[in-house]
Amino acid sequence: MFTVIGERINTTLKKVKAATAERDADYIKEDVQNQEASGATYIDVNAGARIGHEEEDMKWLLSVIQEATQLPLCLDSPDPAILEMAYGLVNQTPLINSISLEKDRFDPMMKYLKGKECRIIALCMDDSGMPKSVDDIFSRAKSLVEELEGIGFKRDDIFIDPLIQPMSVAAENGTMAMDAVEKIMTELEGVHTTGGLSNISYGLPQRKMVNRIFLAMMMARGYDSAIMDPLDKEIMAVLKTGDMIKGKDNFCMNYLKAVRAGDIIA
Amino acid sequence: MSDLKTITETLISGDVEALMSQVKEALEKGTAAGEILANGLIAGMDIVGERMETGEMFIPEVLMSAHAMGEAVEILKPLLAEGETNTAGRVIIGTVKGDLHDIGKNLVSMMLESAGFEVTDLGVDVDADAFMKAIEELNPHIVGLSALLTTTIPAMRDTVDRIVQSGKKDSIKIMVGGAPVNQAFADEIGADAYASDAGSACKLAKAMLR
Repeated sequence: MFTVIGERINTTLKKVKAATAERDADYIKEDVQNQEASGATYIDVNAGARIGHEEEDMKWLLSVIQEATQLPLCLDSPDPAILEMAYGLVNQTPLINSISLEKDRFDPMMKYLKGKECRIIALCMDDSGMPKSVDDIFSRAKSLVEELEGIGFKRDDIFIDPLIQPMSVAAENGTMAMDAVEKIMTELEGVHTTGGLSNISYGLPQRKMVNRIFLAMMMARGYDSAIMDPLDKEIMAVLKTGDMIKGKDNFCMNYLKAVRAGDIIA
Repeated sequence: MSDLKTITETLISGDVEALMSQVKEALEKGTAAGEILANGLIAGMDIVGERMETGEMFIPEVLMSAHAMGEAVEILKPLLAEGETNTAGRVIIGTVKGDLHDIGKNLVSMMLESAGFEVTDLGVDVDADAFMKAIEELNPHIVGLSALLTTTIPAMRDTVDRIVQSGKKDSIKIMVGGAPVNQAFADEIGADAYASDAGSACKLAKAMLR
């Protein structure tokens, strides 16, 4: 099954920032319940936008969100101290967002992750910057998997983010991501691939169309998770239909259920 | 349509072959290279920038025009007198410390170059020391700071503070941009301008030096 990491509780979004600043618990709870009803597997929580308030905002969000849902959370912060605090407050095994090979990030995150019961998003980023080729992405993915396995992570708990880059600036960015996903999913069998799907459409009009088609094409290559908006009905319909076509939906039951619920309309 | 106007239109369309032959033709007819650059090509990129800002043109179209511009400038370069190129001003630009994202910064850099600025791109993950060193060496009119991550916002503030502390701020305009940045933040840290896209960055840069 596809892992949907619901991206809506992020304080860089204006309404979430305001709701967090005003401690508007109803707004947050309703949003989280909508994400769950729409098929989110994880709720991502990012409290980083109000500089100087991340710790208190994260604490408040975690307590409010967990009153509204039993779903596991994706703890989204670059700061191990914030993640440490958040880890102690979650009821379910969390997904941590994220580690990368950037030196300043890698060492403290490895220290943080060691011995913890959690899953992890691993970005194919190192100190030389964004990846420029399939080999760049794959070799970084491989290093990350080896390092994480070295401290006891199972492959099933590792979500590799190949770092999707926009079509608007280079024509090869789509195939680069798709080829990399296929290589990762075959040669590092057992891991998951995820990431910010909508990066692909940055700078283009009618972005949702680009995102939908890209999701279908990525799924064909093995992509099995995304950080996305579960309230976007059309892309969720693509996802459910894609899972069905890939044979991951026994007797097409989820597909049929979604059609009957009015979630898939062609 | 005059030759220059045709060149402007062709540049906007991004047709590099047609542009090259029109530029050559204009030169053969005796139009000065500097005239073609300023009133044909740069004038065209101004319009491209405006259309980008209003959402009429999209990034791939802007890139196509900029590429055509680059090819045409290669023809003109040997014919341009000293001081006829890069006349708009000197800019140094970079993505601040801790941030490795470069797409937005590269677009701004490219648009500024197309508008006649002399741009020195310091790359990504540029700390305040590196910005200060480049400022000492190059004596720029404008310093551009880019960031995509919310976490690198403090690095942007630090860099502005360092420029102010150095006493160089009077002769430098600071422009900031990137997903987590807005006008309020630019005001708060003491930057002179915030640009939401490469087109407006270009327009603001020109306005600040006028």
